[in-house]
Amino acid sequence: MYGAVIAMKMLKTIIKQLTHKPVTTKFPAEPAKKFEATRGHIVFDPSKCTSCTICQKRCPAQAITVDRANKIWTIDRFKCVICGGCIEMCKFKCLSMENTYSAAATPAERGIDEYVITYVKPERPKKEAE
Amino acid sequence: MSSKRTVIPFGPQHPVLPEPIHLDLVVEDEHVVEAIPSIGYVHRGLESLVDRRDYSDFVFLAERICGICSFTHSSTFCQGIEGLMGIEIPDRARYLRTLWGEYSRLHSHLLWLGLFADALGFESLFYNAWKIRESILNEMEATTGGRVIQGVCKVGGVRRDVSNDFLSGMDNRLDAVEDEMRELVNVFLNDYTVKKRVCGKGKLSAADAYALGAVGPVARGSGVAQDVRMTDYLAYKDLGFKPIIADSCDGYGRCEVRCKELFQSVDLIRRIITDIPDGDVSVAVKGNPDGEYFSRSEQPRGEVIHYIRGNGTKNLTQFRVRTPTLTNVPALVSMLAGCELADVPQIVLTIDPCIGCMER
Ligand code: SF4
Ligand code: SF4
Repeated sequence: MYGAVIAMKMLKTIIKQLTHKPVTTKFPAEPAKKFEATRGHIVFDPSKCTSCTICQKRCPAQAITVDRANKIWTIDRFKCVICGGCIEMCKFKCLSMENTYSAAATPAERGIDEYVITYVKPERPKKEAE
Repeated sequence: MSSKRTVIPFGPQHPVLPEPIHLDLVVEDEHVVEAIPSIGYVHRGLESLVDRRDYSDFVFLAERICGICSFTHSSTFCQGIEGLMGIEIPDRARYLRTLWGEYSRLHSHLLWLGLFADALGFESLFYNAWKIRESILNEMEATTGGRVIQGVCKVGGVRRDVSNDFLSGMDNRLDAVEDEMRELVNVFLNDYTVKKRVCGKGKLSAADAYALGAVGPVARGSGVAQDVRMTDYLAYKDLGFKPIIADSCDGYGRCEVRCKELFQSVDLIRRIITDIPDGDVSVAVKGNPDGEYFSRSEQPRGEVIHYIRGNGTKNLTQFRVRTPTLTNVPALVSMLAGCELADVPQIVLTIDPCIGCMER
């Protein structure tokens, strides 16, 4: 009797194992799962950056460099820990997060991304002398 | 007649031990007489960075002390700074921190159960534990943006809010998780083979656990009701928390505590989801911390203490962390004395060692 109960239990487990779908995904044939909130990678908008260098000073991983003289903004994708801190720190809203993960690469293939800053300081309306 | 004593080095790299701790095992025949631990293989000097970073950016670094207790490290650090500066965080933020803290406990305990099954040579059980853990990590990623490094705590509250609709969805999905966990835990607590390996192994009496300063499930598995959640930090005051203890004082007791805490965490999460108040999730922070503060939290592995000292500038002057694993090493040494050599790996695992965060 006891043996029959155990056999039934085992049979149930075996049937379950044989019929259910695999729990893993076949990456990269199937895309990796992601959510709206997922922190994938940082996107930079060169048309808004005023080269204030706040992001360079405060990035915890020291992944960002800002060259004010030559108007070059760089991010080392291998140093960046995708914490999202720079998005909050940048007062000019040049940085944002996309929820797709970057594919695996070597530093030679995709290391330091360089952007030429295209921001032009708008003419300030002259204040009338009071 | 006593036989000759031999010293067997164990770790820091060992096939069954996922953590870099080294033990010199003094053995007589097959019995361990004494275990002498040595640590310091993965020291990163993370705490000393505190005087080169803004205190508000250091949260990201504090979070990276540990890959499993990451959320609790960041919330404990923020809690310390908030205590120092007299900041009262909004109630919704308090509840959300508690929610994510309990989700971390779920994923950490499931990870441990998997590793423990692996140490016992029970591979399919290991896969099943980690399969359930994956659904917990999905919830974490969907709500915070990160699977294991959430990056969602900040001084003054939390970075993201979770909509009430999503919260009730989480509540529904917990039912399935709970069913799967019940099946899993049944094997750990009632299976003949598992019991044979863990019952009576790694004995630690309640008096020893207390005297050696054990924390977390190690203390609770020996019948010592020690849990920081009883001190009413975050939202635990409103949730009416009672610690789970087991009194078998061995590896089975520690396993039992963790298994039962899974369901306790699910209950706490359900309470949080029903009770969570509406409102803001962060307050603006002005000024710099000045003075010193001890901040305590209950991590999945036990009590963590962050010591913070500031001098009124944006850089702190001192930061020190005492992690639960460090506190549990003396207890581990006492458990190992007298055990059999073959049981050493699984006894080491019963304290849920996290050497990476112990050495920072
Ligand atoms: S996401 Fe974090 S690590 Fe990456 S560049 Fe921004 S601040 Fe630096
Ligand atoms: S990205 Fe933003 S923070 Fe960084 S230099 Fe440009 S404006 Fe400043």
